[in-house]
Amino acid sequence: MNPTIAKITARGLLGRRRIWLLVPLPLVLIGLALLSRGVGAEPVDWGEPIIVGLGFTAVLPIIALIVGTGVLGSEIDDGTITHILAKPLPRSEILLTKLAVAVSVTALFAGAPLFVVGLIAGEPALAFALVVGAVVGALAYSALFVMISVMTRRPVLVGLVYVVLWEGLLGNVMTGTQKLSIQQYVQSIVDWLAPTDILSGRVDVPVSLVMAGVFTIGFTVLAVQRLRTFSVAGETG
Amino acid sequence: MSTVDLNHVSRWYGNVVAVNDVTMSLQPGVTGLLGPNGAGKTTLLHMMSGFLAPSKGELTVDGAPAWRNPDVYKTLGLVSERESVHGFLTGKEFVLASAKLHRLPSAEEAARRALALVEMEPAQDRRIDTYSKGMRQRVRVAAALVHEPGVLLLDEPFNGMDPRQRFHMMDLLHKMGDDGRTVLFSSHILEEVEQVSGTVQVMVAGRLAASGDFRTIRRLMTNRPHVFTIRSSDDRRLAVALMAQTSVTGVEVDATGLQVRASDYGTFTRALPRVALKEGVRVRQLLPADESLESVFSYLVGA
Repeated sequence: MNPTIAKITARGLLGRRRIWLLVPLPLVLIGLALLSRGVGAEPVDWGEPIIVGLGFTAVLPIIALIVGTGVLGSEIDDGTITHILAKPLPRSEILLTKLAVAVSVTALFAGAPLFVVGLIAGEPALAFALVVGAVVGALAYSALFVMISVMTRRPVLVGLVYVVLWEGLLGNVMTGTQKLSIQQYVQSIVDWLAPTDILSGRVDVPVSLVMAGVFTIGFTVLAVQRLRTFSVAGETG
Repeated sequence: MSTVDLNHVSRWYGNVVAVNDVTMSLQPGVTGLLGPNGAGKTTLLHMMSGFLAPSKGELTVDGAPAWRNPDVYKTLGLVSERESVHGFLTGKEFVLASAKLHRLPSAEEAARRALALVEMEPAQDRRIDTYSKGMRQRVRVAAALVHEPGVLLLDEPFNGMDPRQRFHMMDLLHKMGDDGRTVLFSSHILEEVEQVSGTVQVMVAGRLAASGDFRTIRRLMTNRPHVFTIRSSDDRRLAVALMAQTSVTGVEVDATGLQVRASDYGTFTRALPRVALKEGVRVRQLLPADESLESVFSYLVGA
């Protein structure tokens, strides 16, 4: 961890207007939960669509995508990354710092509303499990999106393809892809920590735990490797 | 004392060769890297600064490869051409961050010194967003030399600077050169480098076209043949008189006027008014026909 890089990254991230587009997502999540409870619906009925349907499939990955591509991808895009790379620092230090900022911001923006929704559902245990799930999801997603940022020049697009096509579409059609879906790991881990009727895991818990770890560590290692050979394209020759 | 050594360095992108078999050694002092746009200057600088791998050949800074070697930045400072900076930082924060990332023992002091060197203290507490192009450039130079590197690489540092800022920057580069640092700057505008006292490396189409003392190359540039288009009240009469001048190597008369080839720019331009006056010919137009930078550089390739 490098405090100087962390500070600049956080200021760059939170100073961008794009990041404030994220605020409505958590608010919608909480608002819908309040509304459902207000009209007298049972948590068993509204919990699944709101927590899984909205929280796990949209809020968590989209926040992770915007934040994860924002900590490094934006700097690569506008060229400011050279100021950070032209320093005698191990590339792993630069990358891990950026990743830590991404994980923290994502876990906060996604974990807080999920916690509140858990409380609204009247399940304190579930609320805490959702926070753990958000942190696990933030780790794996951030590692993925930070890696994509170093690999491609279109990280948001590639990230969206993963979230929407792989997790959103294929994950619900073919059960095989669920074993390679961060969303499913999060869901299984939450269900394991706080078993309720509201949501249920579809992937084995040990598989989820191991795979979440493999995703996180694997993507991070790949990203560090890629950053070591980061080239600046000579656009003007 | 630091040196940058290139040994038969080439870089290509697919079928396009950007840098072609360049061998050079940069020594302490100021060196200008000159060449028209697209000559490969930026590619060369990217390789020197460790942001691009040479496709072939060896490139070292003080004997250590620049590629995949972050430690190189202990002895190397870089001011890239893209003027992107973290605009939300103030000038001081930006330079201080640079000092801290270099893990300097007294970062505050180093940042203060660097900002003083580029005369940016009055604006140091303003956000970089609000800076003019020249100010941005100076604060980037401050950030690049905050750790007092042995080698300073600058890509087109005079872009967007007014003549006074340019003079000041050149002065600063020379001071650093006199301190025993190896300073390399690139430029595609010959006028920018007139005050340079050191050596120049001229690149044309990816190759090193000329290399050595600036004065020698400057003379080569000014002594090359020049072509002028002249329109006058009596073209033929002027042509005959001009042909008698030793500085004129050829004259051609056509419908639009005179094409004069002169071997020496200075002598010819001094002789023309004298000749015209003597012959009673009124010169209506005098156009240097061949003054594009590309032609100057390509002349050097032939020399």
